[in-house]
Amino acid sequence: MSDIVSQKFVSYADLPGWLAELGKNAAVYAPRREGQAVVYRAWNAGDALECSQRPTESAKHVVFPRCEELFGFSREGEPENPGNRKLEIREAAEPVPAVVFGLLSCDARGFFSFDSVYDGSGTRDYKKGPVKDPYYLKRRDRTVLIVRACKTALRTCFCNWVGGDPASTQGADVLATDVEGGLLLQAVSERGKILLETGSLAVGSSEQAKAAEASHESARKGLAPAPDLSGAPRALLSLFDNAGFWQRQSAGCISCGACTYLCPTCYCFNITDETNGLAGTRIRTWDNCMSPLFTLEASGHNPRTAKAVRLKNRVGHKYSYYPELHEGRFSCTGCGRCIKSCPSSIDIRTIVQSAVKEAANV
Amino acid sequence: MSIQEELNNAVKATLPDVECVIGWGGGPEALRSAPLFMREEADVEGFKAGYFSVNNPALYLPEYKGKKTAVVVKGCDARSVGQLIAEGLVKREELVIIGFPCAGVIDVDKVNTLLAGRCEPGEVTAAREDGNAVVLDTPAGEIRLDKKDVTADKCGRCMYPNALIADAFVGDKREPAMTEDDYADLAAFEALPLEERMAFWEKEMSRCIRCYACRNACPLCVCRDHCVAMTRNPHWVSQADGVRDKLFFQVIHATHLAGRCTGCGECQRACPVGIPVLMLKRALSRQVENLFAYKTGVDIEGTPPLLTFTLEEPKIKERDW
Repeated sequence: MSDIVSQKFVSYADLPGWLAELGKNAAVYAPRREGQAVVYRAWNAGDALECSQRPTESAKHVVFPRCEELFGFSREGEPENPGNRKLEIREAAEPVPAVVFGLLSCDARGFFSFDSVYDGSGTRDYKKGPVKDPYYLKRRDRTVLIVRACKTALRTCFCNWVGGDPASTQGADVLATDVEGGLLLQAVSERGKILLETGSLAVGSSEQAKAAEASHESARKGLAPAPDLSGAPRALLSLFDNAGFWQRQSAGCISCGACTYLCPTCYCFNITDETNGLAGTRIRTWDNCMSPLFTLEASGHNPRTAKAVRLKNRVGHKYSYYPELHEGRFSCTGCGRCIKSCPSSIDIRTIVQSAVKEAANV
Repeated sequence: MSIQEELNNAVKATLPDVECVIGWGGGPEALRSAPLFMREEADVEGFKAGYFSVNNPALYLPEYKGKKTAVVVKGCDARSVGQLIAEGLVKREELVIIGFPCAGVIDVDKVNTLLAGRCEPGEVTAAREDGNAVVLDTPAGEIRLDKKDVTADKCGRCMYPNALIADAFVGDKREPAMTEDDYADLAAFEALPLEERMAFWEKEMSRCIRCYACRNACPLCVCRDHCVAMTRNPHWVSQADGVRDKLFFQVIHATHLAGRCTGCGECQRACPVGIPVLMLKRALSRQVENLFAYKTGVDIEGTPPLLTFTLEEPKIKERDW
């Protein structure tokens, strides 16, 4: 790989020490086992690291929190003029720099789906031009990503179908690969290089680099061959009004939000004021298209009352509407969490492939 | 004829009269089946009932109200169907119920624990039953697991392995694992000091992502799109993702299910982050059993105690206070 700017090695024994060094300048997030789940949590020296089981959730909440305070507000009455209330706005705290250790390559690539929506390059207000989301952009800019290459593939993995790879460096700052006795750390950005200069890491050898490449190759072999999905956007659009197709695909769907909330690319949110008396906060929280309120209009009308149309939106958005707006890129990184954690084992791969087949038959 | 062959025949015989037959088929992972909606004979090829038939198909029945629908049920699933009928949420005459003797189902979380260090459940390429063992093909070679180590906890306290209501039942009826639920799991938890129990729930709920899979996987959770967790007006549950609000919802959920929950455990199984939410429901089920001597989903003619009232409850001694 030609994009490697520096290469270091850290033994498993020294890894916590290095993370603690990084923790002096940033909040460190790392996978932690909690019961049967593996979740990303703020990591502090002494905390255990979970490295044998792939994280249940994606790391998107580090950059796009589940619940984010946009600002606080309070109204105070003026005793001499009861009709007037003084409004005070309190700005949200500035996000602190963060380092995420051990996210998967599919998680790092997931942020690309967010970027072109939240940096304004893919969305335009017809009067104001590009609309930027400062809350997202600040966190994104201050977060450094250490991707851990996958050694194997799960049956639900399909990153290779959508342009990914078990050891993809896209979106990563450092690529970490398990080699004999520790991790080979390869910086693939200037920010990554700075991380590798923190603490006193050993230089990675060319043998270790070779071993890492062999590990990447072995993981690739575990993936099913990628089918041609270039016809998916058009196929899904052509099935938009095919209610029977979507009813069949969604028969087992329970319309919960597990798929969207574990997904590294789902970026929809809701904004509410949570008040207590005259004070409160305006918060932004995750929302999902599988929920009935997602499309409930102020008039009371809801264009998506059935689970079939909700699932159609989820699949259509990732494989048709998003690519049409964003240079053909699917808004899916093939992490397979929506399949693995679906209570009804709904498989997005099957739906997309069925759509391509069904559209070809019409 | 094997039980599966008999079931296949029963399904095929039913197909012409119904909208569909709900059962189980293969899923994207070897250890997890998926609900299967059989509409024509060819669909029956993918049908497989047994140790991997984890999902509760009763969940889907209210969706098919007004259309004659058939469902293949384990003993616990049949209790859910029974409770749905008792509450008038589905009509007995619109259902064809096909039962079989259930010997328990797999708990993939338990498999995960036993595979630790060797591979993840998602890497298993094939799984089959072999007497009292489950045999897995994995990248780490063939792994044999004793069924008693990987069977769902609810099966260990199963009182009704044979569907209590069924239009067709294939195979020989099995003896139940228990004749009375002793709630030993709850007793063990309740032996802990209150502070420890609260700390336990705060820790567990802190990783809740509020996907509401627990709610949507529940066959008796019938508010569907009108859930209290979603309403903005009144604004009962905050959108802020504090532990207090998450636990608040779980308490509401459990309370709504008091005297209705059959303990099928789908809420807990559906939770993507493994929060043991069934425990809350079991605490209320025990309460309802003790107070009203009512067992859910057992008697389709019975009235759930919280859907009615009696001037003097036989087991509540109001006058003696």
